[in-house]
Amino acid sequence: MTDIQTGPDAGPAPHAPAAGPAAPDDDELLPLAVRQARAALRGPKAERVVAGRVHLPSRLRELWRNRELFVFLVRKEIKVKYKNSALGFLWSMLNPALTLLVYFVLFGYFLKNGIPLFVIYLFSAMLAWNLFQTAVMSGTIAIVSNSGIVKKVAFPREILPLASVGSAFMFFFFQSIVLVAFLVAFRHAPAWSELWLLVLAIAALLLFAAAVSVFLAAVNVYFRDTQHLVEVLLVAWFWGVPGVYAFSGHIHDALAKHHILWIYLIDPMTPIVMTFQRVFFNVSHAYSTQPPHALLPVMATYGTHWYVAANLIVIVVSVVLLLVAMVVFGRLEGNFAEEL
Amino acid sequence: MSSVAVTALDVSKRFRLYHEKHQSLKERVLHAGRNPYEDFWALRHVSFEVLEGQTVGILGRNGSGKSTLLKCVSGILTPTEGEVRLRGQLAALLELGAGFQPELSGRENVYMNASLLGLSTRDVDKRFDEIVAFAELEQFIDNQVKFYSSGMYVRLGFAVAVNVEPDVLVVDEVLAVGDERFQRKCLGRIKEFQRDGRTILFVTHAADLVRQICDRAVVLGTGEMLGEGPPGEAIRLFREHLRMLGEAQDVAVPDGIVAVADPLVRIAAVDVEHPGTGSRPHLLPGEPMTVSLRFEAERPVGDLVFWLSIFSPTGDLVFGVDTQVLEVPFDAPAGAGVCDFRFDSVPLLDGAYPMSIGVRSSDGSVVYDEREVRFEIVNPGRVLGSVALPVHAEVRAVTLQ
Repeated sequence: MTDIQTGPDAGPAPHAPAAGPAAPDDDELLPLAVRQARAALRGPKAERVVAGRVHLPSRLRELWRNRELFVFLVRKEIKVKYKNSALGFLWSMLNPALTLLVYFVLFGYFLKNGIPLFVIYLFSAMLAWNLFQTAVMSGTIAIVSNSGIVKKVAFPREILPLASVGSAFMFFFFQSIVLVAFLVAFRHAPAWSELWLLVLAIAALLLFAAAVSVFLAAVNVYFRDTQHLVEVLLVAWFWGVPGVYAFSGHIHDALAKHHILWIYLIDPMTPIVMTFQRVFFNVSHAYSTQPPHALLPVMATYGTHWYVAANLIVIVVSVVLLLVAMVVFGRLEGNFAEEL
Repeated sequence: MSSVAVTALDVSKRFRLYHEKHQSLKERVLHAGRNPYEDFWALRHVSFEVLEGQTVGILGRNGSGKSTLLKCVSGILTPTEGEVRLRGQLAALLELGAGFQPELSGRENVYMNASLLGLSTRDVDKRFDEIVAFAELEQFIDNQVKFYSSGMYVRLGFAVAVNVEPDVLVVDEVLAVGDERFQRKCLGRIKEFQRDGRTILFVTHAADLVRQICDRAVVLGTGEMLGEGPPGEAIRLFREHLRMLGEAQDVAVPDGIVAVADPLVRIAAVDVEHPGTGSRPHLLPGEPMTVSLRFEAERPVGDLVFWLSIFSPTGDLVFGVDTQVLEVPFDAPAGAGVCDFRFDSVPLLDGAYPMSIGVRSSDGSVVYDEREVRFEIVNPGRVLGSVALPVHAEVRAVTLQ
């Protein structure tokens, strides 16, 4: 509930002129008037209020002023995570690669979903999903696991869950290198003309993950089992997006028949994941790898417009959610230091 | 016209103390509606103002809410009621090296910590060498912080914090860390801050520090403001409060004595006289000193014993004596009296020595009154240590025959 309002005369105070030649180190207090004059030399100062109200614009301003801290925290999280492991950075690529391998073998050879180039179909979905999952899981515990600084240093605490999203985004980059390697290995071209859709999808993804992380980070301080609940829910949620199965065909038809297709599509992660697949996988119909090799609708047949609209809606909704999450966070923040 | 840097407006902070803390959703659901708690007001209606450039101490014993107050001022906790207004950038030194990442190097931690405290990378770049030099960690700055000793850790934390150069500096008893030399360095840095006209708000229970560097002090007792004023007045108030609670810690009570404050005999004043009193406030090693205690007895009291104990700056008993040991029995008539302890020579070196002086009954069952005073010795010579032992050196060549 810490409300930090920055007054209109906010701004970087001009740096203090050196206080003259250092006075001899006597124990006499310098007259207050002299000290006050020196203080006045440092120019106008920002005014802040610490009180139990939430003032959103000033919170956002505080966040912006601390953007450097955000960068440091992201860097720290990445450095610390792999500092002491022998394979270091490779783990960030190896880990999803192994998960991918498991799914690939399971659905490609045993459960046989018949999607050609399934590894790319799956990887493009996993890429988006991993960013979301990593961000939300580490964001949820961001406040609790940094209790040391939360209890002792005053700074906008939203930065902690946001930094989790930031570092998840960095890992996302490393993983996309692996995806590019796969694309090259399978000689599969992405949809070059629609590559820009990714920008929308990534923006939507980051904003949505940020909203969820900020909200859950605050809640987790009060209900510590939130983090376990989130883990389980994320596993379930993953099956709600088209990753290991094709959306078109059975799923689409079954949902449409019962008029609940909208429930599937209302999940913000669905259009995001579908956009990734649209760009990287880029195959709407293909002949199944399984006999009798029927023509299989793999991806939704929506046009580019649909993807643009869907992602824009997610962006707008996520921005609103993020602001709401920040207000909730602000209200809960006041007691962080005592709850931790 | 001087402006106000910190305003606390009717600040109250309530902590809810649950008999059993339920921190998970499951437990909260299970215990919904029947989780007994007690409200504990750590702060109640605290209001004060700190002018720009002022140094204000917050005096209070443990549990008086002084740290809570600092946390409310710095925005780590939010007041339950009331608000705190601040002008200018604030940095809080509540714990040195809070937020250090053990896995990262000293260098990386300097940047990270400075950024936590609100300093930009560009500013850190400019001051990096200064920070490292202050912490005296030139050799180790690229080592991981987890290999630092606790002293190195704290030194680095302080070095970063004081280089943030905030308009308002909030300090919680962090000056009590490190060795004495480093402490002096920290204090020097704080005084430099003061001379620059920065506002300092600091918490302590060391009364002499308040006297040394504060313009004013606020006295807190169990969450409530007992008063504020110039250092001397505030310290007197604080001592009085401690005495009322029977907690005057720095008064030595001989073992086995039931300390009962009895106003039968009251100490009116304690004077420390030594050559140069008036021209300088300190003694030189080996100079004579007289401690004279003026008292008033309400009615005749038999067998009074006056005592005097000198403590080292770190609190160890250096010397203790009383009129019983010195075989000076005294039956006090009603009215005023004086007891002088005359030292022909005080062979101590540098330091501010607290002295406890009091009057009790000869069997030790009643302590009538006691005071704490302090005298300072400044050593102009270059000998080291705490006692000025008389010594001469002679060096000569010895020829072997």
